[in-house]
Amino acid sequence: MAALRVAIEEKRFPAVGAAPEKHVLGRVHFAAAAGETVAITGPSGCGKTTLLNIVAGLDGDFRGHVERPPSGRIGYVFQEPRLLPWRTVADNLRLVLAGSREEQEQRIARILAEVGLADARDVFASRLSLGMARRVAIARAFVIEPELLLLDEPFVSLDTPTARRMRLLLLELLAAHRPTTLFVTHDLREAVTVADRILVLSHPPAEIVADIAVPLSREARSDESAVEEFRLRLGDFARLLEREGTSA
Amino acid sequence: MARAIGETATLPGTAAGASQQLGRAVAIPVLSLLALVALWQLLAWLAAEPRLMPPPAAVFARMVAEARSGALFSHLGITLVRVVASFVIAMAVGIAIGILLGRVRFADAFGGPWLVFFLNLPALVTIVLSYIWIGLVETAAIFAVAINKIPNVAVTLREGARALDPALAEMARVFNVPWPRRLRHVVLPQLAPYVAAAARSGLALIWKIVLVVELLGRPNGVGFQIATFFQFFDVAGILAYALAFVAVVQTIEWGLLQPVERRIARWRR
Repeated sequence: MAALRVAIEEKRFPAVGAAPEKHVLGRVHFAAAAGETVAITGPSGCGKTTLLNIVAGLDGDFRGHVERPPSGRIGYVFQEPRLLPWRTVADNLRLVLAGSREEQEQRIARILAEVGLADARDVFASRLSLGMARRVAIARAFVIEPELLLLDEPFVSLDTPTARRMRLLLLELLAAHRPTTLFVTHDLREAVTVADRILVLSHPPAEIVADIAVPLSREARSDESAVEEFRLRLGDFARLLEREGTSA
Repeated sequence: MARAIGETATLPGTAAGASQQLGRAVAIPVLSLLALVALWQLLAWLAAEPRLMPPPAAVFARMVAEARSGALFSHLGITLVRVVASFVIAMAVGIAIGILLGRVRFADAFGGPWLVFFLNLPALVTIVLSYIWIGLVETAAIFAVAINKIPNVAVTLREGARALDPALAEMARVFNVPWPRRLRHVVLPQLAPYVAAAARSGLALIWKIVLVVELLGRPNGVGFQIATFFQFFDVAGILAYALAFVAVVQTIEWGLLQPVERRIARWRR
């Protein structure tokens, strides 16, 4: 049974001042099974973030319908970490947690250990490096045990080795917690490493132009050459993304 | 300024540098205040008219005498209560109005002109009208002071409410953060610098208006005392009470407002 069903017919942004009206999304229909990780990729400016905001329920101004998991537990990792700089790492996690204080503390300790930040528990978020702040943002999304996890280019503007470590960390967390996941990225290698399936969006008004299964094992995903080999097999799509990306 | 190599230059960050910096931070204001006292002494000496221009020592002696008789503390206390009461009311109402105007476009469009009107209304007018309409009572005094300050607080907080980060609001929404928690952890910390600015300018403005209110229609307080001394051209008395109250307000600033501000700003690098 599908945990997430998206049936968007149309999304437009109204004209503001001199900027004309933008028809961002066309017909975008897809479903994701419980525990499935779906990557969404496409040229820049094709409405990937808009799609996530609609799925998250942040943007209700569209034509169509979205069926989310009934619990309403949605974890969202934004492009920027969006932490409260005036609160500590632990307090940032506590902000999104329900339940008794004791239970909250247990969950915070567990997730911080998982992302390797147990020592940073009482550090103000304003003092974290970008890489650490990103990990806290990921911890915040996982600490609520989300049924639906949304990730919007969570590794953008990290250096290559850090980004690779983060991809592998995400892979581990996904395997351990199994949320239904939408993962927006413009990087095919990232998509191949993490996702069970890759949806490719076209230029706006965006529609799904390809739905590619990624039948790689856990081991193959943490092996860079295997990921690269699979990515090369998707060469046509890679070229499409690059061409459209540069023209955007 | 060029320095010869080998000359001892204390670097910031070293222990010696830190204590030197601290020394400078204290020494310059103290020197500056001493210069002011010296200037006063000089003017008193030039005027050679101790009744109209008493020297610092005379004013200090007067302050001690008023303190011994108990009059100084009783009037200071009453004025302080009025300051605190109108300060609390003005901050609470002004913050609420400011947030409303900053967040709700219609409220801003409708309430904006009112704000401009009250900002430009002379304090004297609100004081006199309050006494006429409400009577020569405590309520009228505190009401008049609060009405004078509320528009300033509202304008400052309106800016703060406009500057609230929508990205954090979205985050709180997606994660279903309950609204009391959202207010406490997400919204109020963003408004804190604006509240601090309003509090600081508020304290400075309010105590001055309170003195006028007391002068016009209360039977006690520092303002009332100054009005009495005015009738006898008692400049030493006027200065004694004025300086005593400046000291009280400055103590509140150092002892309360600044520590609170430092605590709130702890997370900044």
